[in-house]
Amino acid sequence: MENVSVSLPLDPRQVLALRAGDSVLLTGPLYTGRDAAHRRMVEALNEGRELPFDPKNQLIYYVGPAPASPGHAVGPAGPTTSYRMDAYAPRLMEAGIRGMMGKGKRSGEVVAAMKRFGCVYFGAVGGAAALISRRILKSEVVAWPDLGTEAVHRFWVENLPAVVLIDSLGNNLYESEPPKYRL
Amino acid sequence: MREIEACRITQEIKRLILEASYRIGPDVDSAIRAAAETDPSPTARAVLRQLAENYEIARTESVAICQDTGMAIVFLDIGQDVHVTGGSLSQAVDEGVRSAYRDGYLRKSVVRDPLYDRTNTQDNTPGVTHVQIVPGDRIGVTVTLKGFGSENMSQIKMLVPADGESGVVDFAVRVAEQAGPNPCPPIILGVGIGGTFETAALMAKRMTARPIDQWNPDPRYAALEKKISDRINALGIGPAGTGGRTTCLKVSIETCPTHIAGMPVAVNVCCHAARHAHGVI
Repeated sequence: MENVSVSLPLDPRQVLALRAGDSVLLTGPLYTGRDAAHRRMVEALNEGRELPFDPKNQLIYYVGPAPASPGHAVGPAGPTTSYRMDAYAPRLMEAGIRGMMGKGKRSGEVVAAMKRFGCVYFGAVGGAAALISRRILKSEVVAWPDLGTEAVHRFWVENLPAVVLIDSLGNNLYESEPPKYRL
Repeated sequence: MREIEACRITQEIKRLILEASYRIGPDVDSAIRAAAETDPSPTARAVLRQLAENYEIARTESVAICQDTGMAIVFLDIGQDVHVTGGSLSQAVDEGVRSAYRDGYLRKSVVRDPLYDRTNTQDNTPGVTHVQIVPGDRIGVTVTLKGFGSENMSQIKMLVPADGESGVVDFAVRVAEQAGPNPCPPIILGVGIGGTFETAALMAKRMTARPIDQWNPDPRYAALEKKISDRINALGIGPAGTGGRTTCLKVSIETCPTHIAGMPVAVNVCCHAARHAHGVI
């Protein structure tokens, strides 16, 4: 299967053209966020405050990296399970977030918001954390350092491998593939 | 009475946590490599090759296999002829956890309070300690590092005697099916049957740390382990949940006597990165 090169921040037209099952290589800046950061981001939006970064067309990676050992930009940094961010994701898409990356199923509300706002959900392989971290060239904390691993980081990634799990039409790899191998 | 200094327990726990974090067991490693050749799904084979490569990087570079280096669960089988000196046992465990997570560049993933004050303790303490008193003058230490992607998918159910074998099978398969891609399949299921509410859960946890090439010594339960595993692999979930026949590497069952009215069943889900290590002091 041919890999599709995807530059970050995302190009809305390219996002609309991506299809569930596409293998992609991501290059550019992205932002990290998981449970605690999502709670704070949505609290900020609901109170009329700005997010710590401009969300327009950005990709949020659901990850809490391990500390970097000497000589590395970041420690192991594989995806965390996405459904815990489902309660917050539609509000962030409304604010401009164009893509999410994690692992695992999403709620109907999240998929509906993805279709409405033209967004994509990428999957990275859970548990391939050391491998993934080799494609992260730089990491800096942009907000809430008190959250430790859960702080919002900006990662600069190069050719980070991922797959389109759910596309902007709502096609879902978790629904289409397992039935093919069911006995 | 044999005296063992508390600091020896600290050192051993630190050593075992680092070993478990960086080095996948040969049982899981070879199962993943074998499935990477045989799974009928090309996507599954590609995912499994990534997992094998990731284990290799973690081992050779001494970095964590997964960023979720978990809560540290410590099983201490303490000989009844052992006297621990020079400090408290729980402090010795926590110091082992603290130093391993600090010096080993492992993620600190523990919050102080579950509901109202989710402040990170910054050193991954406290460890979760389970003590058994056993015959002898040694201390057996088993460390297992449990990430919560899979822990969150675990379930317990108070079945009744009339539910029988099919009740156990259906419940365990349903746990895996509901979990789907979330717990990082291929998974390992630790299953505890019998006892009480809490002993079933504890047996299930112990079973996630049993090597996957070991089977229950009772042939009836060994057959049940295989039956549940085969049913889960027939679901088609596959590695990473994107389709395939490699969904469950092993089901490991432990049992114990229970009440005339009951049949508790706990299913503890563990990801493919089943990180555990064992030592004896």
